Amino acid sequence: NCGSALTKMSRRYDSRTTIFSPEGRLYQVEYAMEAIGNAGSAIGILSKDGVVLVGEKKVTSKLLQTSTSTEKMYKIDDHVACAVAGIMSDANILINTARVQAQRYTYAYQEPMPVEQLVQSLCDTKQGYTQFGGLRPFGVSFLFAGWDKNYGFQLYMSDPSGNYSGWKAAAIGANNQAAQSMLKQDYKDEITREEAVQLALKVLSKTMDSTSLTSEKLELAEVFLTPSGNVKYQVCSSDSLSKLLLKFGVTQPAAETS
Amino acid sequence: MECVFGLVGNDFAVVAADTSAVHSILVHKSNEDKIMILDSHKLIAASGESGDRVQFTEYIQKNVALYQFRNGIPLTTAAAANFTRGELATALRKNPYFVNILLAGYDKETGPSLYYIDYIATLHKVDKGAFGYGSYFSLAMMDRHYHSGMTVEEAIDLVDKCIMEIRSRLVVAPPNFVIKIVDKDGAREYAWRESVKDATVASA
Repeated sequence: NCGSALTKMSRRYDSRTTIFSPEGRLYQVEYAMEAIGNAGSAIGILSKDGVVLVGEKKVTSKLLQTSTSTEKMYKIDDHVACAVAGIMSDANILINTARVQAQRYTYAYQEPMPVEQLVQSLCDTKQGYTQFGGLRPFGVSFLFAGWDKNYGFQLYMSDPSGNYSGWKAAAIGANNQAAQSMLKQDYKDEITREEAVQLALKVLSKTMDSTSLTSEKLELAEVFLTPSGNVKYQVCSSDSLSKLLLKFGVTQPAAETS
Repeated sequence: MECVFGLVGNDFAVVAADTSAVHSILVHKSNEDKIMILDSHKLIAASGESGDRVQFTEYIQKNVALYQFRNGIPLTTAAAANFTRGELATALRKNPYFVNILLAGYDKETGPSLYYIDYIATLHKVDKGAFGYGSYFSLAMMDRHYHSGMTVEEAIDLVDKCIMEIRSRLVVAPPNFVIKIVDKDGAREYAWRESVKDATVASA
């Protein structure tokens, strides 16, 4: 959408991140957001008893080595995780930065870093790449899901500009506007974690391009409290995910063999 | 010769410090307040090199305030204590601060707490603690009379017992003390115990 509004003037102002265009835009930051608009989508939903993150995997192949590593979801600290949309290699740098910031806080205060402070700290880093240094911005948007004793469960979205805000439900990546409006319609404040999982899978199935939804194309993670009161980040196994997809009626049962 | 001690009571913590500012054989003043109000619900009682004491405690106080301005929430007593210890530890092998600290605080979720932080960055969470030559007497007194869940009256009575012991048994005992308390209503001065008042000069 912003791409179509570009004039020839923009060519003079888009090659350096650290200058404004005459209309007051930062083209490199906008181009970074364009890149994310083509990436696999991710949805986050805040519920009373946890935060749900669902991501669409773009890299699917039988040849892919299935290991414990994930493509969309990453744990930052014991109480914070994130979903990623955009350039994976850029995301890895920022995830590492966020992990270091979280540990540095715990080193100083012997307490887990409050979620918003972690997001703010990472966004301050991202902002630097839009103002000085001559380096391009990171082509990544994040959905941060976490818990702290100050504000309980929280969901934050951040983008290449370094802006962030707290959300009850949010979508990033491809078709995020369609997903966001669907979430706006169906989200209820008193939603439970199980209902949130269902809503996230439903919205993702409607906005994803692929015809059938299988567990290989998705990642699902939840942040919640165990009965003993500890924060847990759990990635859903592909078997459980297949069962959930069947249960919520968002996929056809596996008629085709691989 | 500086005396600082403190203890944790029922739902409060109390600290006491002598109020003498001494340089070699000269007493500069006998009403120096060595217990800083760190924030609304924390106290730092500090003893040691007087320049370092003021410099370091003000540094901690301003950083604690900055955290609160930046993040909209106060630090817990434990977090502030660990931060303080970290600053002492970082400076230790290059440019150490000669300051001993008793950090007392009250948190809504966890109640009152007291932290012993010495100048070489030792950190202990304690029910009672003391620094200086006076600690030989105040710790012994507290070991004898302290029990958990003391009321304010019982705790102040114990503080007074310690002060009396220090006054009578320490050879160059400081004459005056200040007592501060922190509970759910905040950190505040409780009382002074003065046996010597600075004499006012008669007008010419």
